[in-house]
Amino acid sequence: MLRGLWTLTWLEIKIFTREPMGLIGTVAIPVLMFVVLGRSVASRLTTSSWQGAETLRNGLPVFGAVFVAISTVLSLVAIISIYREGGILKRLKATPLEPVTILVTHVLVKLILTAITIGLMVLVGRRYYPSGVDVPVFSFSLALLVSTWSILSIGFIIASLVRTARFAPPLGSLALYSMLPFCGLFTPVEALPAPLQTVSSVLPLTYAVSLLSGIWKGNPWSSHLGDLAALVVVFAVCTAIASRVFRWE
Amino acid sequence: MSSSPVVEVSGIHKAYGSTVAVDNVSFAVQEGEIFGLIGPNGAGKTTTMECVEGLRQPDAGRIGVFGLDPIKDARALQNRIGVQFQQAELQKRIKVREAVELWASLYDAPVDATRLLEQLGLSEKRDAWFMTLSGGQKQRLFIALALINNPELVFLDELTTGLDPQARRTIWDLVRDIKDRGKTVFLTTHLMEEAERLCDRVAIIEHGRIVDHDSPAGLIARHCPQRRTVVATAYPNATEAFGRLTPVDDVSSDGEELTVSGRGDDLVTAVIHAISEHQMQVTAFRTERPTLEDVFLTLTGHSIKD
Ligand SMILES: Nc1ncnc2c1ncn2[C@@H]1O[C@H](COP(=O)(O)OP(=O)(O)OP(=O)(O)O)[C@@H](O)[C@H]1O
Ligand SMILES: [Mg+2]
Repeated sequence: MLRGLWTLTWLEIKIFTREPMGLIGTVAIPVLMFVVLGRSVASRLTTSSWQGAETLRNGLPVFGAVFVAISTVLSLVAIISIYREGGILKRLKATPLEPVTILVTHVLVKLILTAITIGLMVLVGRRYYPSGVDVPVFSFSLALLVSTWSILSIGFIIASLVRTARFAPPLGSLALYSMLPFCGLFTPVEALPAPLQTVSSVLPLTYAVSLLSGIWKGNPWSSHLGDLAALVVVFAVCTAIASRVFRWE
Repeated sequence: MSSSPVVEVSGIHKAYGSTVAVDNVSFAVQEGEIFGLIGPNGAGKTTTMECVEGLRQPDAGRIGVFGLDPIKDARALQNRIGVQFQQAELQKRIKVREAVELWASLYDAPVDATRLLEQLGLSEKRDAWFMTLSGGQKQRLFIALALINNPELVFLDELTTGLDPQARRTIWDLVRDIKDRGKTVFLTTHLMEEAERLCDRVAIIEHGRIVDHDSPAGLIARHCPQRRTVVATAYPNATEAFGRLTPVDDVSSDGEELTVSGRGDDLVTAVIHAISEHQMQVTAFRTERPTLEDVFLTLTGHSIKD
């Protein structure tokens, strides 16, 4: 089953590291943003404006996580459309590789890169967060991987519908970033006007944000079963749609 | 040769919306031969080939490859066929060696990757990124990928399009090598010279229909039996002297240059005979053989390049 998965995954990671722009965009920029924002948090922590620091301290990791997830999805959309346009997908399809292996490979590569990014953030984050603050790094990483995995399926739909490599990333950005104002990241969902709350409730990103911020605050997983269920449903529905409309060439 | 054909296509049809790409196409590819599907751009070559490879499903008709169904028996066939696409790319920054090793890891009984790269003249490029290869080197890499599983049948779609004459010749030699190793080759091209030099048999396709198929020599003999000999001479009665010869149909003159046309293999001999008999002083002599290009023109009424 899934013959060639590990060979291809390892190869794709190697190929990815040969492209400076990809590494910078996917790993370096999120980590750098984190450092810059982290410094401002750290400076505020010392000026004892505890209220603002609280928001920033809890908000920043979730904020960072959402951006990591979105950039992961966007780079998947980009790579799928480039591979399709160049006939790479078709070339691979005419081998004993199962089509699903190719897709799983790319999801794996992206998740591995996400894990590396989180790892780096945790490392640099140590310096800005007072020791003794108990941060559920492992659970939070897991929550981020689950969220990314779910949003990736939206990426597949975008990659399936948008045929040209040039338009896929901007359209993908538009689709994903336009969810940001309504997903509870900047304004809590409860504070939104009622019609917007409805919009918010159908956006997959809302559940990802809710899960991420809850887990960060130390909530148990059991209090986020609803979010998890929503993310799984999003994944199942989007994957089903994508596998119908997906084109290899 | 008389065993059952490696590829048997009967009455396939394929349309994209209102565009009919392939219309009632039938042909067979025999074991050990180089078979060419030739025709102009948009004739339906790629569509036909990809139906045989099992990558597209024809709307109607039957296809057998080693007696198997290309779509239903895709798995069983994958280890027995090798495919090269008209338009394909690999990851920009994949190394030649990595590509070949990846492909090798996918098949049950791959050939030795190092030797294969050596045979295709890619040893020096084994650590080069795909994006840095020249057109000819890319095509050789794609041939390597098509041969990695030691297939019995190799598909080559427009293998030399876009290559310079030098690179083209190198590739032709490689294709002959493939045949010499006992494999069957099914190729497409719109270069008539390529078809004539490489193929044992060709099928001419236009607007999705097969116009005729045979060996290149057979097609030429049937459709363009006309031969031409051009003789430059100042001999006064040359036109009459050539006109009297049995195989000659027509003699036209352009200054001192006479074009003698006729049919049959005897034409040239007869002309030479007349030259020596009349002791003509000849300053130039050449014969013009019709080519597949001429066959195409005769069959379709236009040149393949239009
Ligand atoms: N995927 C597709 N969707 C729609 N039309 C297609 C598709 N593939 C091919 N066609 C059309 O079918 C016809 C035959 O195309 P095909 O690619 O088989 O030609 P070809 O002989 O390989 O041409 P070329 O020498 O340019 O490669 C063309 O009119 C082409 O526009
Ligand atoms: Mg073609």
